[in-house]
Amino acid sequence: MSTLEVRNLVKEFKVRDGLRRSTLRAVNDVSFTLSAGRTVAVVGESGSGKSTVARMIAQLETPTSGEILLDDAAIGRRGRALADYRHQVQMVFQDPFASLNPYHSVEHHLARPLKLHGVARGKDVLPAVYGLLERVNLTPAPVFAEKRPHEMSGGQRQRIAIARALAPGARFLVADEPVSMLDVSIRLGVLNLLARLQREENLGVLYITHDLATARHFSDEIVVMYRGDVVEQGPSDEVILDPQHDYTKTLLAAAPEPSRHGRLRDEVRAELAAG
Amino acid sequence: MTATTTAGPLSSAAHAEHVARLTPVLTAHDVSIEYEVDPPVRAVQGVSLTLHRGEILGLAGESGCGKSTLAYGLNRLLKDPAVLRSGEVTFHDADGTDTDVVALDGDALRAFRWDKVSMVFQGAMNSLNPVLSVRAQLEDVLTTHRPGLSRTERGERCAELLEMVGVDPVRLDSFAHELSGGMRQRVMIAMAMALEPQVMIMDEPTTALDVVVQRDILREIMRLRERFDFAVVFITHDLPLLLEIADRIAVMRAGEIVELDTAEQLYAAAQHEYTQTLLSSFPSLLGDFSYDDGEGAGR
Repeated sequence: MSTLEVRNLVKEFKVRDGLRRSTLRAVNDVSFTLSAGRTVAVVGESGSGKSTVARMIAQLETPTSGEILLDDAAIGRRGRALADYRHQVQMVFQDPFASLNPYHSVEHHLARPLKLHGVARGKDVLPAVYGLLERVNLTPAPVFAEKRPHEMSGGQRQRIAIARALAPGARFLVADEPVSMLDVSIRLGVLNLLARLQREENLGVLYITHDLATARHFSDEIVVMYRGDVVEQGPSDEVILDPQHDYTKTLLAAAPEPSRHGRLRDEVRAELAAG
Repeated sequence: MTATTTAGPLSSAAHAEHVARLTPVLTAHDVSIEYEVDPPVRAVQGVSLTLHRGEILGLAGESGCGKSTLAYGLNRLLKDPAVLRSGEVTFHDADGTDTDVVALDGDALRAFRWDKVSMVFQGAMNSLNPVLSVRAQLEDVLTTHRPGLSRTERGERCAELLEMVGVDPVRLDSFAHELSGGMRQRVMIAMAMALEPQVMIMDEPTTALDVVVQRDILREIMRLRERFDFAVVFITHDLPLLLEIADRIAVMRAGEIVELDTAEQLYAAAQHEYTQTLLSSFPSLLGDFSYDDGEGAGR
């Protein structure tokens, strides 16, 4: 079974504040394994380092130290080896309003990676584009292929971004807050799509999010990050229903929960009444 | 379809009973707001809404549903090309006088705004002036609306306001970039509270903040509400959050309020299909959940 593993990943950024220079350790010793057909969620607040982990895995940042292994082999960082890695590991970005080029049609967005990664050429390209659109439930495919980003909803755009990530034949997707910019009523649709791809196509998904509820329901394992450190990791239900670390508990207590309506109001009243 | 022919929002009997016990502070009747572009966009269509003294009224809806436009309309903050086409907005002052908000003009409007109805803006992270200190921005409100205050009194009031929202008064001399997101938001709330308004309109006040900070801010708002008894219109797309803090919730879609009910009723027995869709869009953290990538896909 294919695996994507990160081992003792560290990322330091140099920061300049006036004349002072210092280093900021954004990610400190992060390790986990993502297997094909499984979803791992990395949760944490902004500044926790979760996006930096995603960007290192997608090879958009170079780790300060630590290793990324694909199928137990250290990954290549340049040339042919890097291209190979990119065939297999692709990224879906947070904002589909920014990650698609407004000048280009959907067909262009999907044909490009197909050609660049040598997946299809010549007259095979268009059918391959339609195939990708069908995999992300954008049908009729020929209609969507003609559209430009502004003619689609946020959810449809994010589906295009997912199709584009699948185009090179990726076996692993790194999805950095893939639904946080979308309207609430279409978020679950996009997450359901990722879940189906993961199940039916044996895709490994790394789901970066700050939303604990979807992290729990859409992933097998959760990694909780706080200020660069992994404070807790384990099977999703265990982390959410039986959190061990104080920070996980704080996060869980702060998450809005529909079934606890009126909770905050009642808590505050009780506090004030108690003086 | 004209606004007046619509049936109005769905509500339960429990809601009517709840409302009967309350005193109105701000009433909107049949408000329609249009963006005069080509073709014109009717952002708010015949909305009627009553805000009661001391209550938190949640206004829930997705982007483009008209919730922010409505809030701006209530406070007479609409800017071209948005125009209040029709409708009445009445403010019922604590001293018993009623104010026709739509008819206000010039000095009367300036005196009304912030003093009676204040606002915490969307993206409050960036609403502070980056080149003025917190003190200068807080004092600005007081010099305009309370010209009788002496310099010392103003200074004391500013310090008091910051303390009220849980920010150390030494921060008065700070600039926006020196404050964390949560602190900036608290300063914005202090500013909105400066004149002790009877109504505060909060437009997505916690959306850009992390959950833990968000919760602290909400707690602060609830505390202040208990203490000063102002009414809040709380606008957000986050229905679970509203369910936790709001007394009543109005669900808006395409410029209309489709359902208006108490938070309890809305959660337990939502009547409108759209409300049910919204509620089911948030999986429960602790409950069960099942996948479905069937119809509804592709949206």
